[in-house]
Amino acid sequence: MEVDFKNKSRDFVSDVQRSKWHDTALWFVRSKRDVAVMNVDNWEELRNQASNIKEHCISNLDKYLIEFEANAKKNGVYIHWAIDGDEHNEIVGKILKSHNIKKLVKSKSMLTEECELNPYLEKQGIEVIDTDLGERIIQMRNETPSHIVLPAIHIKKEEVSELFAEKWNTEKGNNDPEYLTYQARMSLRKDFLSADAALTGVNFAIAETGEVVVCTNEGNADLGVNITNLQIHSMGLEKVIPKRKHLGVFTRMLARSATGQAITVYTSHFKKPKLQGEMHVIIVDNGRSERLKKDYFWTSLKCIRCGACMNTCPIYRRSGGHSYGYTIPGPIGAILTPNIDLKKYSDLPFASTLCGSCSDVCPVKIDIHNQLYKWRQEIGKNNVLPKTKSVAMGIAGKILEKPKLFKFVFKIGRITLKILPDFIIYNKWNNWGKARTMPEIKKRKNDKQRKNIGKY
Amino acid sequence: MKIALSIPCFIEEFYPEVADSAIKLMRKLGIEFEIPKGQTCCGQPLANSGYEHKAIGAYHHYVKTFGDYEQTLMISGSCSYHIKEHYDVIEQTGKVIRLRKNIRDLTEYIMSVYIGKLPKVHFPHKVALHTGCHSLRGMRFGVSSELGIPTKSFLTSLVEHIEDIEIITLDRPDECCGFGGTFSVYYDEISVRMGSDKLDDAVSKGVEVLVSNDMSCLMHLDGIIKKRNLPLKVRHIMQVLNGDKL
Repeated sequence: MEVDFKNKSRDFVSDVQRSKWHDTALWFVRSKRDVAVMNVDNWEELRNQASNIKEHCISNLDKYLIEFEANAKKNGVYIHWAIDGDEHNEIVGKILKSHNIKKLVKSKSMLTEECELNPYLEKQGIEVIDTDLGERIIQMRNETPSHIVLPAIHIKKEEVSELFAEKWNTEKGNNDPEYLTYQARMSLRKDFLSADAALTGVNFAIAETGEVVVCTNEGNADLGVNITNLQIHSMGLEKVIPKRKHLGVFTRMLARSATGQAITVYTSHFKKPKLQGEMHVIIVDNGRSERLKKDYFWTSLKCIRCGACMNTCPIYRRSGGHSYGYTIPGPIGAILTPNIDLKKYSDLPFASTLCGSCSDVCPVKIDIHNQLYKWRQEIGKNNVLPKTKSVAMGIAGKILEKPKLFKFVFKIGRITLKILPDFIIYNKWNNWGKARTMPEIKKRKNDKQRKNIGKY
Repeated sequence: MKIALSIPCFIEEFYPEVADSAIKLMRKLGIEFEIPKGQTCCGQPLANSGYEHKAIGAYHHYVKTFGDYEQTLMISGSCSYHIKEHYDVIEQTGKVIRLRKNIRDLTEYIMSVYIGKLPKVHFPHKVALHTGCHSLRGMRFGVSSELGIPTKSFLTSLVEHIEDIEIITLDRPDECCGFGGTFSVYYDEISVRMGSDKLDDAVSKGVEVLVSNDMSCLMHLDGIIKKRNLPLKVRHIMQVLNGDKL
């Protein structure tokens, strides 16, 4: 089934109050980010450095991943390689089974969302608790995240209150965020204490030391890892950076870009298993090396998942993340998804005005809007758009080549628009005219008259 | 220097008065130019729809029409950006290279070359400025709000000297208006909401006129203004600089 951005985004934006609230909430985050970025001397230089480091790493993945693996092994860490999401899930399943694990606490990981790990483990009878508050909320609602940093940004506090009252018997109608957070904390504490394994995502993996770095605001990754004896870290293969000294570039940018904080509250380095504990790192490909092969699109692998392109995107803010039909929505999602399935996601690269705000906000300088344009060409060339559209475009192309024909078409337009009554012009097939009047076709001065304009 | 004036297809058909004002202003400034015959369209609508390969004919026609001029001035930031940026898919002959290098948005050209020499005009209105996104982020005529340094619209310096003009800054001064070419038709609901949000902000601040260097943004906004009967008008900056009355 193809993702129907058109209808989903229309549904979202038609709920005027909610979509305006969503837009305002995310614009607030974008504005906070602007202030945070202004306070850094030479943000642009930092962007250049970040981009260069990432391009270098991605171009030398073979070297740095092997180095990371060797150093991690020296630290006593088990390294696993997964070619795709299924293999990743099987590896996690096997590790858990070998330790007879019944309950797993997870901190936020977009990769495990991408691999659909939760349903896989639940089928094996393992209880999985997402411990990031936003993730926990959407898990209890049986939903997917609508944003990569703010997974429950589409949900209002009143709805959270209802959900908690229903599931945890909290006070009905108490919408106080502090009260609700406290209730979540109480529930999650029990989960942490009764879990016997923890899984986290990975923000950065350092080749030089073999350690992984996890950035959170809630400390949930640390709590999970430190309470249980078995820790698993799942990382996309693009997460590796050469040395610790490079990390500072990214930690300065990640939280500022994501939420306008100078740094995430917790930046945790996990290097070795605890005494009598076990530490596993799973390095996942899942289509990434295919993307790396692509001439123009490979730079999308630089993404550090800050979500700034979502917060800034005027279309995302008014469409909601679920309209994109993929774990990673927004502009970055729209350039990642065509790699996975060109036809299925063919709507997404068109869900943009190509305004370029995403590219300017991106801390690692991915030229997102140019990639959107290029994906549109791939989609057009590969004939995955409806036939009617391609025939119409072919005809339009011919008209533009021939000035006389071009003039004639507009002349016909001029006459028909004048003669036809409004109810024929403003119909349900005329998307322009539903909420906008049509521009009037005017008769312009002829060349001779134009020659004399402005001459005195 | 042989200069050509390139009039975008939609200006020619829907807003010929904008072209007329541009022509008048250019003559006042003493710019010698020709308006080549047989102008159609730069092909951007096809390319933005994913049909660049069907726009190649239009590209060649554009090069045929303007390739002999040393300088092409276009009354649109967006169209000139398209030619600069996306005519890389046709064979890069001498003419194509020169055209891509030397094509400029007329507004930006006038700002760079004639900023101190503009005719004295009077525009006693509250104005919000809107730079098209391709001008702002594509060609860097101004500084976009994302870059971590103070934002600046290049249009401000062009209109500052105008008598009695009052410039009002919108809450999100460089958020896209929602036009986006064929986007405005494919995703019309989102497109209209984007435009409406900008207009609501303008109305709430008492703005009377939205002024831009891109008539395409204004065409979209004007469609919403008229449908919703908002107390706003749109004007191309050429009309304002030429001293046209509102």
